[in-house]
Amino acid sequence: MGVDLSVSLAGVRLANPVVTASGCFGSGKEMSRFVDLSALGAVVCKTVTPEPRLGITPPRGAETPSGMLNAIGLQNPGVDAFRENDLAWLASLGVPAIASVGGHAVEDYLRCASALRGAPGLVAIEMNLSCPNLEDRGFMFALSAERAAEVTAAVRKVCDVPVFVKLSPDVTDLVSIAENVVAAGADGLSLINTTLGMAIDVESRRPKLSTGTGGLSGPAIRPIAVRCVYQVHRALPHVPIIGMGGIRTTADAVEFILAGATAVAIGTTNFFDPTATEAIARGLGEWCDARGITSLDQLRGQVKTEG
Amino acid sequence: MSLMVEATVRGARRLGDYIVLSFHAPSIASAAVPGQFVNIALEPGGACILRRPFSIYEADASSGDVSVAFDAIGSGTRWLSTRFKGQTLDVVGPLGTGFTVEPGPALLVGGGYGTAALTFLARALPGPVHAIVGARSASRLFIDDALRSVAASITVTTDDGSAGTRGVVTDVMPAVIAEHGIQTVYACGPNVMLKAVGTAAGVPTQLAVEEFMACGIGVCWTCVVPVRANGSVAHSRVCTEGPVFEGAALAWA
Repeated sequence: MGVDLSVSLAGVRLANPVVTASGCFGSGKEMSRFVDLSALGAVVCKTVTPEPRLGITPPRGAETPSGMLNAIGLQNPGVDAFRENDLAWLASLGVPAIASVGGHAVEDYLRCASALRGAPGLVAIEMNLSCPNLEDRGFMFALSAERAAEVTAAVRKVCDVPVFVKLSPDVTDLVSIAENVVAAGADGLSLINTTLGMAIDVESRRPKLSTGTGGLSGPAIRPIAVRCVYQVHRALPHVPIIGMGGIRTTADAVEFILAGATAVAIGTTNFFDPTATEAIARGLGEWCDARGITSLDQLRGQVKTEG
Repeated sequence: MSLMVEATVRGARRLGDYIVLSFHAPSIASAAVPGQFVNIALEPGGACILRRPFSIYEADASSGDVSVAFDAIGSGTRWLSTRFKGQTLDVVGPLGTGFTVEPGPALLVGGGYGTAALTFLARALPGPVHAIVGARSASRLFIDDALRSVAASITVTTDDGSAGTRGVVTDVMPAVIAEHGIQTVYACGPNVMLKAVGTAAGVPTQLAVEEFMACGIGVCWTCVVPVRANGSVAHSRVCTEGPVFEGAALAWA
């Protein structure tokens, strides 16, 4: 293979740009039955909060055309158990780990970031500012440039690894929010989280999710995600972006890189094809080799919009 | 052994209103235990982006064949019903935690094609096996020759009275439990039936629960049910800790 797939993610060297989307891969234990985790750039783990969370009452999911809705509500064992069990396990395998942290208040993010300081194998933290399924959606940090910047600045001060901020597409001006969190110290951005959706059973007249609304993911949202990566990369060309949203094939991953992503995260597709991450990482090398591409620098942001 | 296999379709047959599809998957056939399931990719490349879980109905380690039973009511299951001999299927399994075989007289309670998973179990049970099989109407009962040969008794109920006793499985269950000294009830069917069975049995129950499932392999946390553990309630995954749960542990509202 002639291509060098390695990428630098805010100074973190990954062997290749293919990572996992938070919440779609656990911490890799279950998926290691299907995938050689060492073939991936990094494992981005399911979001943790300071304390364990029970999550939302089922039903928590529904399939929609080329997509699915979910409302899990950040069920997780808490950051301390996560560090002790999941991060330690990934470290023992030598697999780079990116922890995803969430919560309701700045204090929640700070507690998680503090609890993760010095964790072996942890290469970055992703701040999930955009989970659509918390009880107080009105307070989703990613909906407000000011609040997103405030929590980013606070976490940046206590973190000893690069901080990526995961934003929501459900805003009027994503670029201004991205600019604000970068000005507040974010080392990179993760784009995008799910977009809020709803489905109704017409016979029972009830929403298909217990919460009414939930996060839409899968190929249905890919054009939205590509657009978000493209817009933000154009405004902030030097900020690394982990691009995600409905990636199913190698060509889909290339699409995100052309739009400006440095790394790509594979999410909902894992549910259909649990080998997808490894297959896309391998496929990316073959795709580049077949076209004489020797570095992903030759692809990143290279969408031709003129001429 | 990989859990994700390319299986070769053996053929499809009808059982009442249902389709039974058989496929050759030796690794699944030899590892499967009753109550486990397989997750099948339907219409690969199409608009369905999730697999569908199916309880394992038959698993024959010597032939390597596995079968599932289903109702062809959606586009995905209709597609599955049209697979023919020699075609391939993308199957993940066996998955989940199945039934725990207990000694003593056993009662199987099946609703609709939920009886398929119990028929697989029936052969593994050591004690006398009795069955209650229920459905909306006669054509929607799932009773095969294997169950007829293993079961010491089969009591049938239908909602419309077109076969057996008019009513639901729990109408006849107390009498069957009392008459045969049943020590364990194993049930599979709609959740509303499982709740009623768990409430009315009066003996330990093992219930094969259904819930919307996105991944089937333990990572998405979509398919959870509330389960009592250590004095509190936790959300356990139907695909991993289940689909079979002790009835007494389920904290269903």
